[in-house]
Parts: sequence; structure tokens; C-alpha cells
Amino acid sequence: MGRSTHIALLRTWLESRGHAVLDTGMTRSILAGRGIKEAKTGHTLGRLTMQLFYATDFIDRLENKMLPALRSGFIVLTDRYIYSAMARAEVRGIDSNWVRSIYGMALVPDAIFYLRVNSPQQLVERVLASGKGFDYWESGMDLHLGEDFYDSFIEYQTRMLNVFDRMTTEYGFHVLNASRSVRSVAADLRRAVLKLIDQSFAEDESRTQAASRSEPAATSPRGPDKTRTQEVAER
Amino acid sequence: MIKYGNHRFPGKLFVVEGTDGSGKSTQLTLLYQWLKAEGYPVSFSEWNSSPLVKATTKRAKKRHLFTPATFSLLHATDFADRTERDIIPPLKAGSIVLADRYIYTAFARDVARGCDRDWVRDVYSFAVRPNVAFFFRAPLKVAVDRIVSGRPRLKYYEAGSDMGWSDDPEESFTIFQGKILDEYDRMVDEFGLTKIDATQSIEKQQREMRKLISQHLSRRRFKAH
Repeated sequence: MGRSTHIALLRTWLESRGHAVLDTGMTRSILAGRGIKEAKTGHTLGRLTMQLFYATDFIDRLENKMLPALRSGFIVLTDRYIYSAMARAEVRGIDSNWVRSIYGMALVPDAIFYLRVNSPQQLVERVLASGKGFDYWESGMDLHLGEDFYDSFIEYQTRMLNVFDRMTTEYGFHVLNASRSVRSVAADLRRAVLKLIDQSFAEDESRTQAASRSEPAATSPRGPDKTRTQEVAER
Repeated sequence: MIKYGNHRFPGKLFVVEGTDGSGKSTQLTLLYQWLKAEGYPVSFSEWNSSPLVKATTKRAKKRHLFTPATFSLLHATDFADRTERDIIPPLKAGSIVLADRYIYTAFARDVARGCDRDWVRDVYSFAVRPNVAFFFRAPLKVAVDRIVSGRPRLKYYEAGSDMGWSDDPEESFTIFQGKILDEYDRMVDEFGLTKIDATQSIEKQQREMRKLISQHLSRRRFKAH
């Protein structure tokens, strides 16, 4: 729900505050992005194949973009992380343990923002506003849930919302009501991100002080495992 | 999820495995000809041949885009597509399916590249267990000589050049194949692979294969017409 808008706003704001930002998102890997898009133009992409293709895309971005950026002290914003993939898998009846084990090497994000809408009807409004019509996969047409795209879309998105709601407690999503204006959602996002940054800098400060007390000549770079990934969950 | 495991489909799945240069593809072709001549419906699935994934793999190999993990995952993607498309449907329909390389290839290669043994097995846990998995075992030197003498140049990932073991492709290839062979050897018991001595004559190996496979075939053949 306005994920890309919010990421763009957040990025500009963070950069204006002097933070380096990497933004990335599903299907944006150099390795598999194009292949996934091509595979999705046909309707022969099976559910297991789809999962693994997305996992390839994710791991490529993790290893080649996100981890190097985090190591160099960037803030990483990602438009969907592993949770959207896991939700899609679950709706398709795929064993969640299998999916979880595939993504075993993913980092736990510092925050997962879930832009939540109240009903699939609100998503329909967005589809109509986009002028592009219903997308085959976003409507879950591969699952044969309804007579047509509309029915299928409503059913599919209802199931997705249920899975996300369940994941909210399981993975500690920070829920933002996305039915509000862009301005107020963006303000909430900034506030939440600012809090994380302040915390993280406070930790850095105390670590640097501790380090300089014990080892004055230490010139080691920042810890490699400093994670500042934020997932903006799907819908 | 549907975990296929030991399948109950009416068809049969036979796969061949082994290092490059072990002669497995030759043996599989001979087997195919025989089964055809005997009147069985046979279909064929080759490693790395999914129409959805092929272009991505090709481009990634050319541009050296892979890490061990993404190499593994993209090959798993290819394999998943073939499982969903070329392997399960014919097995359900009662066909014999022959596969040139199967999950054991991934287990051997990816672990040789440093992927976690359990992780790779988990990734492929959706695979159908073959009725027979042949492992053509040739000593390292024999296999390496067969490949190196037959090819003008070893390809980057084929030689394991991405791992930085050696700047010399031939030396890197030998190291890589050695690690792969070790993995195969430890899988013989783990997965009950049927080991065939690939230094024997082609005819002898083929006789061995046919004898074993006959035990899995019903006397009543499904004639095409």
C-alpha cells in the first residue's frame, strides 16, 4: 500500500539528515529480476519454482547489495523482505518450514513496517486507480479461487491479509494503518525510524568510548553485523 | 506442502549421476533407446533445461554473477520447474522418466562450493525420490582426462574458477571434481545410490543397468497404440 512512495520519501528524508541509504526490493536483483518478470508473463510458473526464483533474487540482493551496504554503515530500506515470500507460499499451501529453511541466511531486520489496509476492497480501489487492471499473480489466478479476476483477487488478498495479520505477532511487525493520508503515514514512519537511529547511535557511541578506553589505537571499521534493514511488508 | 519423497506414482524414475566425464550421459542414451524399443513410454529430463530459467542461468554464467548460494538456488529453481512440468506429470501418467543428473548433482557441487550440506538438502526436499539412482564412478584422473582432452577450454563455473582455488583452470577443475567425488562417495550410503564402475566397458555397464532396471518394470508394457 504505497510502499514505493513511502520508501522514496523515507530515503530522501534520511539522506537529507546525512545518512547513506540503499533501497532495494523484490525482483530487483541483477541475477534473477529479469528472469522472474519474464517467467511471470506466461502462466506456467509453478508454485515451487516461483518460490525458488524469488529466493534466488533475494539472496543475490542480500549478498551483493544489502550486506555490503550494511557493512559500510548504510541504512538499508527494502520494499518487501522475506515475509511477503513466506505469505505467498503459505497461501499456496507450501510447507512454511521449507520456505523458512531456504531463507535461513537472511538477517532479522531492525524493523518491519507493515502498511496495513483494512480490507481487500481498499486494494481493489488502488488497482482501479492504477489503470492497469488486475494482475494475474496479484489476483492469485494460479490458485483458481474464483470465477474471474475480481472474485479471485478478493479471495486471494483476503487470505494474504489473514496471513500477514498472523505474522504480525509472530515476527513483531510494526503495523501502520495505510488507509490514512500519505502525509500521516510518512510522519509515523519517520518517527519510528528516528527512534531506531537514535538508539543505534547511542549504542555506537558507548561502544566507541569503551573501545577507546581499552584499546586506544583501535582503528577497526564498524561491526559488520550492524543491521538496519527495514522491511515494508506487502500490503 | 506435498513432499513427494518415495513416490507412489505408476511411472518410474531412473536417474544417472557422476562426475563430468564418467560416461553417464552415454549410458542414459543407450538405456533410452532400449526402453523405447521395448515399447515403454519414456520421457527425458535434463539438468539445467527449464525454459523459464535457462536464459537467467546462461546470462549469469556469462557475466559471472553467481555466488555459491545463488548458484545453488537458481539450479534448484530450474529443477523445481522440471519437477512440476517434466517429472511429476509423466510419472503420474505412468511413464518412465529418465533424468540426466538429479538432486545429487546439486548436493555434490553445492557442498563442494561450500554450501551447507543440510541447507542444500532442505532446499531440494520437494524432489521425488528416484526408483533407481545410478552413480557412475570413475577415478578422478580418468574423468578429468576425459573432459580436459575433449574440450578446448573449460568453462568458468565448470572449472570451479569462482572459488579461487587455483588460477589454472585445469588445476581448479581437478580440485573441484575431487571434492565433488568425495561428496558422491559419502552419498552412496546416505541415499542408497547404485554404484557402477565407470571404468568397465560401455557394454558391460549397460548390461548391468538393464538388468537392474528390468526388476522395476512390469511385464505388461504400455504400448503406445
